[in-house]
Amino acid sequence: MALIEDSTHAPQARRGAGGGVAPVVQMRDATVVYPGGNVGLDGVSLSVDRGEFAFLVGATGCGKSTFIRLLMREVDPARGQVLVAGTDIGAMPRKRVPKLRRNIGVVFQDFKLLPNRTVYDNVAYSLQVIGEARSSIRSKVPEILRLVGLSTKLHDYPDELSGGEQQRVSLARAFVNHPPLLLADEPTGNLDPETSIGIMQLLYRINRTGTTVIVATHDSDMVDRMRRRVVELDKGRIVRDQRGGQYRTDAGTAEFEARFPDTADASTTGI
Amino acid sequence: MRVFFLKEALRALRRNAAPSLAAFATVLITTLVLGVFIPVVRAATAKTNEVRNKIELEVYIQDTASKAQVAELGNMIRDIGHVDSVQYISKNQALKILKHRLGSKSDPITQGLLQSNPLPASYRIHLDDPSNVGLVKNSLAPRGTDGRPRYISGAINDVQDREDDTKKILSATSTIKLLLAVLAALLVLASILLVANTIRLSIFARRREVEVMRLVGATNWFIRWPFVIEGLVVGFFGAAIAIALLWVAKVTVVDPWSDRFALIAAPRTISFTVLVLVLLAAGMAVSSLGSGLTLRRFLKV
Repeated sequence: MALIEDSTHAPQARRGAGGGVAPVVQMRDATVVYPGGNVGLDGVSLSVDRGEFAFLVGATGCGKSTFIRLLMREVDPARGQVLVAGTDIGAMPRKRVPKLRRNIGVVFQDFKLLPNRTVYDNVAYSLQVIGEARSSIRSKVPEILRLVGLSTKLHDYPDELSGGEQQRVSLARAFVNHPPLLLADEPTGNLDPETSIGIMQLLYRINRTGTTVIVATHDSDMVDRMRRRVVELDKGRIVRDQRGGQYRTDAGTAEFEARFPDTADASTTGI
Repeated sequence: MRVFFLKEALRALRRNAAPSLAAFATVLITTLVLGVFIPVVRAATAKTNEVRNKIELEVYIQDTASKAQVAELGNMIRDIGHVDSVQYISKNQALKILKHRLGSKSDPITQGLLQSNPLPASYRIHLDDPSNVGLVKNSLAPRGTDGRPRYISGAINDVQDREDDTKKILSATSTIKLLLAVLAALLVLASILLVANTIRLSIFARRREVEVMRLVGATNWFIRWPFVIEGLVVGFFGAAIAIALLWVAKVTVVDPWSDRFALIAAPRTISFTVLVLVLLAAGMAVSSLGSGLTLRRFLKV
């Protein structure tokens, strides 16, 4: 598969960022408590370097979405520090939050497209509302839509597109400003495996331009294929942080296989 | 960028026609009531003040009094302290003044009544200070041992001040004022709530847009402006149409009446231009209060 070949010999852009450059994401003991007492994240510490591609895995309710919402500062940390590009976003005044979000692209499982606007307008709208000049919108939007492979569907409405195409629009919208950090919350959750590969390829291509990509997912096939960093969360805590990891730890997979031998997939377990 | 806000606001109004219309109608009615209320209250207050400020004593003279008696009375009045000036008004002058006040178009009945002059001659006393009216009145008609006033001259028929008139006008107008004020307050409240509701529905209808705007990092005010403008448009058009209706009413009803019946001519009321500005401001204030209320509650960014 082209995707895998790519990933094996393409060096990650500015990987590791040797010395002095602040990690794009750094959390120290970050804890999120929702009103009502539910703990979303519990003492999470990790650091994601510039240009990295990381998967966030774990069962539903393990805190993946909270992690992403925290980075967007849709929720405030109850304790600990969250730094994005060296800035403590927990201490950031509310007024600065929009500026933070302009530097973070986000993609969701449900696309969040505007149904009564065309593909072109959906992407253009996101630029309009941050006060982008019209001339720059006119040059940026067709370019990004060409990048995601939708240049022939500029004037279609979202419900005329397939799920994969809709997610591409959503990706185009997230990436049109070339943000240094791209977050994806279950980007392939609604898509079939074939389409998912296309989306992942796109995410990968975006990553190669130097953008840090963090993908929350439970698409095990995808994680295992990509062989990237995997951070596993459970009940809001990091239980595994593995470079070039797989969706499941081998032990876990073995146990899983033992219980449900029929679902075992030779290609992922490596037997 | 302004164009963007306006376009978004109008788009929302079109899609949200029913609640927008309700809010618009309420603002219209509120403005109409205010438009009637303000001039009426102004006129009533002005009339009351006019009467009160012009406090003066009128000494009505017996028709039977002789010229010498009248002249003597005049001198007596001038000798009383606190009297600023004294003016003699003969029977004919009194009739002329009344006719002037009624205007040239007075109806046949009053003309018939005024054919034989029923009005007495009088001295009109202007005081140095309205608060001294009691003193002067007492000098003119000191109370006798039986408690009833005894006039200092036999030529005096009656001494009157305008205090009683003021009280009458005050009691009549205060009821009207209170009723109108309560009505206006209720309507203002209703308008604010309806505008708030319209904006809330509009926020709900555009929640996807709002979500996307927040996601891509639009500033709070960028998100709010279209809704604020939407509220202001409702307020502006409600007020503008109410003003148009008031103007029509003024031209077709009030102006001809005040020409024909000199008595109901409003003595001094607010000028129409000022009224228009006040009403427009009120309409806008009501609607921006309504949208502000909702935005605070439902658009926490």
